[in-house]
Amino acid sequence: MSTMSDPARHHESATPVSREAVRSSPRPDHGSAGGGAGGGAALVADGAWRPARGRVGVACLIFSESAFFCAFIVAYLYYIGRDRSGPTPWQVLELPPVLVNSVALLSSSATIVMALHALRRGAIQQFRLWLLATILLGAYFLYGTGVEWNGLIRDHQLTIATNLFGTTFYSLVGFHAFHVTVGLLLLSLTLVLSLLGHVKPERDHGRVDLLSWYWHFVDVVWIFVFFTVYIVGRQPPGGAT
Amino acid sequence: MSTLSTGHGASTPAGGGSVPDTRRPGAARDSGRVDLMARLHEWTVTVDHKRLGILYVASGLFFFVIAGIQATLMRLQLVVPVNDFLTPDTFNRLFTMHGTTMVFLVGMPVLLGIANFLVPLMIGARDMAFPRLNAFGFWLFLFGGLLLYYSYIGSAGLYGAGSTPDAGWFMYAPLTTRSFSRGNATDYWILGIMVSGFGSMTTAVNLVATIFSMRCPGMTLMRMPLLVWMMIVVAVLILAVMPVLTAAQVMLLFDRSLGAHFFNPQQEGSALLWQHLFWFFGHPEVYILILPAFGFISEIIPVFSRKVIFGYPLMVAATVAICFISLGVWAHHMFVAGLSPFLNALFAASTFLISVPTGIKIFNWIGTMWGGRIRFDVPMLFATGFLALFVFGGLTGIMLAVVPFDWQLSDTYFVVGHFHYVLIGGTLFGIFGAIFYWFPKAFGCKLDERLGKWTFWIFLIGFTLTFFPMHISGMLGMPRRIYTYQPDRGWELWNLISTIGVPLQIAGVSILVWNIIRTLRRGEPCGDDPWDAWTLEWATTSPPPEWNFHEVPVCTSRRPLWDRKHPEDPDEHYE
Ligand code: HEM
Ligand SMILES: [Cu+2]
Repeated sequence: MSTMSDPARHHESATPVSREAVRSSPRPDHGSAGGGAGGGAALVADGAWRPARGRVGVACLIFSESAFFCAFIVAYLYYIGRDRSGPTPWQVLELPPVLVNSVALLSSSATIVMALHALRRGAIQQFRLWLLATILLGAYFLYGTGVEWNGLIRDHQLTIATNLFGTTFYSLVGFHAFHVTVGLLLLSLTLVLSLLGHVKPERDHGRVDLLSWYWHFVDVVWIFVFFTVYIVGRQPPGGAT
Repeated sequence: MSTLSTGHGASTPAGGGSVPDTRRPGAARDSGRVDLMARLHEWTVTVDHKRLGILYVASGLFFFVIAGIQATLMRLQLVVPVNDFLTPDTFNRLFTMHGTTMVFLVGMPVLLGIANFLVPLMIGARDMAFPRLNAFGFWLFLFGGLLLYYSYIGSAGLYGAGSTPDAGWFMYAPLTTRSFSRGNATDYWILGIMVSGFGSMTTAVNLVATIFSMRCPGMTLMRMPLLVWMMIVVAVLILAVMPVLTAAQVMLLFDRSLGAHFFNPQQEGSALLWQHLFWFFGHPEVYILILPAFGFISEIIPVFSRKVIFGYPLMVAATVAICFISLGVWAHHMFVAGLSPFLNALFAASTFLISVPTGIKIFNWIGTMWGGRIRFDVPMLFATGFLALFVFGGLTGIMLAVVPFDWQLSDTYFVVGHFHYVLIGGTLFGIFGAIFYWFPKAFGCKLDERLGKWTFWIFLIGFTLTFFPMHISGMLGMPRRIYTYQPDRGWELWNLISTIGVPLQIAGVSILVWNIIRTLRRGEPCGDDPWDAWTLEWATTSPPPEWNFHEVPVCTSRRPLWDRKHPEDPDEHYE
């Protein structure tokens, strides 16, 4: 209510910013339910459940991204072993380097949790260090993928156009790597902002939390991709070698 | 958009704040051109959900006219046998662009636009959860649409003018592989629809976040208007299936430009995979197109019957059920593709299953009207028209779900008849009803009732003439997508009648457009709540101020405005 309900006042303000102010000003009865990007769920007096909008937004994003990956995983499974023109997965995919890679990526899920804890405690220096660790682990994963692809292309002449294995492999693994890249950019941006002193624990904890959701999601997708490509897809048909 | 006086000094929308005066009648004429530029600028930079909603609907109607012209050309070609008005190539392009446009650039944006306009008002919120994302989504949609249409001049350069996509709105591989689809027409389809699809997804995210996080005090989930429930289900469906379409499009793009072979049968790829992915999106898509219309009439019927909606919890449950079941019926579009008998049986069964919640809804709408004091204003006319036509379209759908029946009639005009009954008789009648019902909310004055009735009857007759005979020509064996036919098949009469219906439909729509223009220019202010309705959007002024509500509304029941008007007889007793 207050000034919001006074149209005359609104008329006078000549900047477009005024509208943003109208929209996001906290509502007396509403607490931060519609306000902060992060934050937890807020309860209005009526007891109805209202999650913070930022959380719902990121949850939706993750939900639709999952659907996107499902389509590529389905395509991969659908085509396993269908194209006998080599190279085949069981001829060229090497497990050990991928395992190292996976360990790096999955442990970055742990480091970002640590970063978040540090931020909540207000230990900004530790937050930066854990964040840096996360970035490095993610970057190592990307580097490992690059090495793997390089080998596949140079030593085995496997490209996206070679056969169905190449087609489905590069699309699925590639889209995952793309998501890692996006995540890395966002994490690095956060790191830079925090180095410039723009990350405030109380205010931005919720936002970083949302970023960590995305990062966990990328990790979980990798578990599925790994299982599809390196476990299921690497079995030679009929047990032959 | 309008130079209307709203009749409520205090409620005059404040716009961007920079040019508040333009809203006074006559102001536009005074300041001329500068004013127009300011106005345009204001509409281009807006992040107000109401204006974005209006922009969506307006651009949707623009594409509607284009797709309508395409349809008219096709009907003209088919009016007599062995006609050579159009070439086969042109015909292919016309039905492809017509279907694509109607589904992606008319149906979705208009429905999402109305949702954009209404949802925050109905739940007593000040705006959508992410206003700037909202604006971004609209511009993505528009850009995607224009990109698709750019293929008219762009795909093979100007010298290839008219080389638009031509493989059907479902773009079946291998018709879309490089060998059968040269040039870039198909790429335009992929990219245009992908971009506008991103727009729909941002809107869906926004709707979910708005509905969950921004409800006014007292608005529990089970007190939300049914329209809001339908919209949340639509949004979830969009988030579940649009990404799958996007994924399929990406694969097709990889096939076409990087030499991948997802869908290329000559290199072990599978044309069936495209069909699976496409229809996994495509079937829920038709529910994305019909559920909002269900929502519109769920708001209209109670108000014009002066009764509470019958079986509210059951309606909600049915909506959610439809959401889930619709994800499991896609292969009923593929009965003739030669799946196994087991799969056919499974998908036929799930398709029958989905008609149960749909049937429940129909009974509840009738139950609401039962014994009510029904007023047949134009919105109600369209709602009842919806009921009749949708039931008919649903029944032909059930018929098609019977596998052996479908084997006879798939890819005939019977299917064309079926889906136009649900898409026009259902979705479009719902949209027309919604336009008549909520126009006063958006612009402060009612559309003309007499013209509205003309629109309804003329359009209804034209529609029936055009689409009913298609069931017959279909049963007589007329295939879909043929550009002409021999005179000895017994199809001439039905095609002739179909084409005769077209000018009537055009007349109906033209009257509507004229009605809108006329009302925008000199409509009489009609007050904030012209229909004596019960939901929150009528609790604020018409048009609503930029911040929606002067006071944060409080919701006490499913009909908060009833409670406000009748404090002595609150609604809880009726729930
Ligand atoms: C009771 C509900 C419904 C049932 C049982 C049903 C069933 C079917 C079946 C079995 C087909 C495939 C026919 C064939 O290609 O051989 C079909 C096609 C179609 N239906 Fe429905 N339907 C229903 C409701 C709807 C609704 C509500 C819409 C849209 C608003 C719709 C839109 C379509 C479209 C667009 C097609 C044709 C797609 C194409 O081939 O291009 N249907 N329907
Ligand atoms: Cu279907």
